[in-house]
Amino acid sequence: MLLLIDHVTLYRYASPVRGVVQSHRLTPSICEGQQVLDWEVTVTGGLKGGGFRDGAGDWVQGWSVKGPVSEIAVHVRGRVQTADTAGVLRGHREIVAPECYLGETFATELTGGLPMLAKAAEGAEDRLAAAHALCRAVSEAVAYRPGATNAHTTAAEALDQGEGVCQDHAHVLCAVARANGIPARYVSGYLLADAEGAPHEAAHAWAELFVPGLGWVGFDPANECCPDDRYVRLGSGLDAREAAPIRGSARSSGPETLDVTVAVLATQQ
Amino acid sequence: MTQSFNEMYLDDTVRAPYARLEAWMRAMPADLRIQKQAEAEALFRRIGITFAVYGEGGDPDRLIPFDMFPRVFTHNEWARLERGIKQRARALNAFLVDVYGRGEIIRAGRIPANLVYQNAAYEKAVAGFVPSKGVYSHIVGIDIVRTGPTEFFVLEDNCRTPSGVSYMLESREMMMRMFPDLFRENRIEPVDRYHELLRRTLASVAPAKCDHEPTVVILTPGHFNSAYYEHSFLADLMGVELVEGQDLFVEGEFVYMRTTQGPKRVDVIYRRIDDAFIAPLCFRPDSMLGVPGLMDVYRSGGVSICSAPGAGVADDKAVYTFVPEMVRFYLGEEPILNNVPTWQCGKSDDLKYVLDQLPELVVKEVHGSGGYGMLVGPKSTKDQIEMFRAKIVKDPGNYIAQPTLALSATPTFVAEGVAPRHVDLRPYCLVGERIELVPGGLTRVALTEGSLVVNSSQGGGVKDTWVLAE
Repeated sequence: MLLLIDHVTLYRYASPVRGVVQSHRLTPSICEGQQVLDWEVTVTGGLKGGGFRDGAGDWVQGWSVKGPVSEIAVHVRGRVQTADTAGVLRGHREIVAPECYLGETFATELTGGLPMLAKAAEGAEDRLAAAHALCRAVSEAVAYRPGATNAHTTAAEALDQGEGVCQDHAHVLCAVARANGIPARYVSGYLLADAEGAPHEAAHAWAELFVPGLGWVGFDPANECCPDDRYVRLGSGLDAREAAPIRGSARSSGPETLDVTVAVLATQQ
Repeated sequence: MTQSFNEMYLDDTVRAPYARLEAWMRAMPADLRIQKQAEAEALFRRIGITFAVYGEGGDPDRLIPFDMFPRVFTHNEWARLERGIKQRARALNAFLVDVYGRGEIIRAGRIPANLVYQNAAYEKAVAGFVPSKGVYSHIVGIDIVRTGPTEFFVLEDNCRTPSGVSYMLESREMMMRMFPDLFRENRIEPVDRYHELLRRTLASVAPAKCDHEPTVVILTPGHFNSAYYEHSFLADLMGVELVEGQDLFVEGEFVYMRTTQGPKRVDVIYRRIDDAFIAPLCFRPDSMLGVPGLMDVYRSGGVSICSAPGAGVADDKAVYTFVPEMVRFYLGEEPILNNVPTWQCGKSDDLKYVLDQLPELVVKEVHGSGGYGMLVGPKSTKDQIEMFRAKIVKDPGNYIAQPTLALSATPTFVAEGVAPRHVDLRPYCLVGERIELVPGGLTRVALTEGSLVVNSSQGGGVKDTWVLAE
């Protein structure tokens, strides 16, 4: 499938800021099933900083904007040719050991109903079956409802509420996988609107679980499936904060507002 | 516990390196001693060297006791220590480059994967990165104790930002000022090259993108930090800027400091703040001490950070057990300095032994420092031992145990005159393009009679450390 992505993140500062520094994970991963035809990231008034490929295989790009400035737009545009790999991450070069993804973070702390939910993997005949069982259990336990949670909601809180968005699904799956000794990580990327036309969040997130023999395999509890050719993978981390496509810091004291628009379209080749 | 080794007296004879000092001590009238001790204290107060060593907390304005009786090593004793310390510093750095690379030592089954990859100090954010000159830990502080004429053991390694070197330099300065004659009568190796070697070491690891004489800065958390004195002291000696996070900013591919003449590019940051606080975009977003964007500049070769983020995984007390293995694996050599035998309470056999022998052992927290949260079995009451036993049982993986070592004792001025007190040693090994070590280090002394805890927070003091020239 040929996917067209147009993603704008607009930062507005109540009072002009002296400067902004950002760190981006906004470049599609190099792996089987996704080939970048063209890709461009622009930052209004931005000076491109150092860029590097990190140990997890993500391209990280620094940016800085000299102030005073009261509005910054980060614009991502590109075309990616995708293919279905049944969720398996292949041809992806990384050096971080899978064991590094067993650690808890604040967002994925194993509290509340999480240890109970983690039992869904009991009786599974192998790691892959356990991963599928956990993904299914998370889909069932947390209903998709936009606005039910916010960016700081933890996995345990989302589970307790029984509803959330893709970020919450991915956090809960990471938490219960790690509880079973399965290395798990949070993945951020893009998703084409589903067949019924209801977009389950175009700026999307899912999880990858490590399965010996296969390597990292993607699981998307929000859509109860493994990522296929509708998905574009950007980067990963222990949780949403670590895997965030944009991390930034403004030298200011005032509040900021954020507007995000994402369009993912499939086109004729 | 066996009788401890007295560094001055062997049976009834005075050991050669202490011969002149013994005579000096005998010749010193009590009133002169009291007068000199008061003079030393006044000098320390005046220069403001009142911080707690090793970030142990406590009252930052408390004066650390200075003992005027020097601790002495012969040329030969030191030559062996120096080889052992440098060997260890090389192995620790090789380990760091390896575990952030392919992890050969783990693949070879010489150290368990979980000890490294699930260690809180392991920073996967720097995996795949080789710092300038392949050095992660640029200042390695190795804590050494002596138990006999030729027996030395390493207690722990400090690969992040070991402090206390200002005490080494100030103690020498103090002794030379108060007792110039001693330095004419004895041939003592100088330590005053330290700051020059430190500056050269830091400059030698400037990043690839630096094409000029490197600008070095010291990054401090600020004046409320217990080691602030040392940060400003070293900056003064080296002639480099002392900066806080807010003085630095990232623009494009580089880090700059604000100066009265405008922004100045910074090439090497000797940081005295923890990994978690240094780069808020990468680690703790709530950190006010760090520099946003620093990690991106660092990883793309625009600046060097000393010690490199992630260095802490080499000085963890559980990883410590494997340092001799690192020496063999990376260097193909036998360790010159031995570890203290260590039991890992996380292993069931070791735990059983530790719980059986608790009154005889020293037990430490894996991530603890500063002599807090530790049990010295032979010096503890039954109640204290039982309380500690409960803590170990609750979380065995958090504890290691070692035999109670009979730390050597050196003569120390006390209220009644001169008496033996237990000491340890922290030399500061500098690793850059070259490996450098000034002869000596910081000797800490447990001023309480019989005490084995030399930490300043637990009533320890410091003294000058002499290495005699050949």
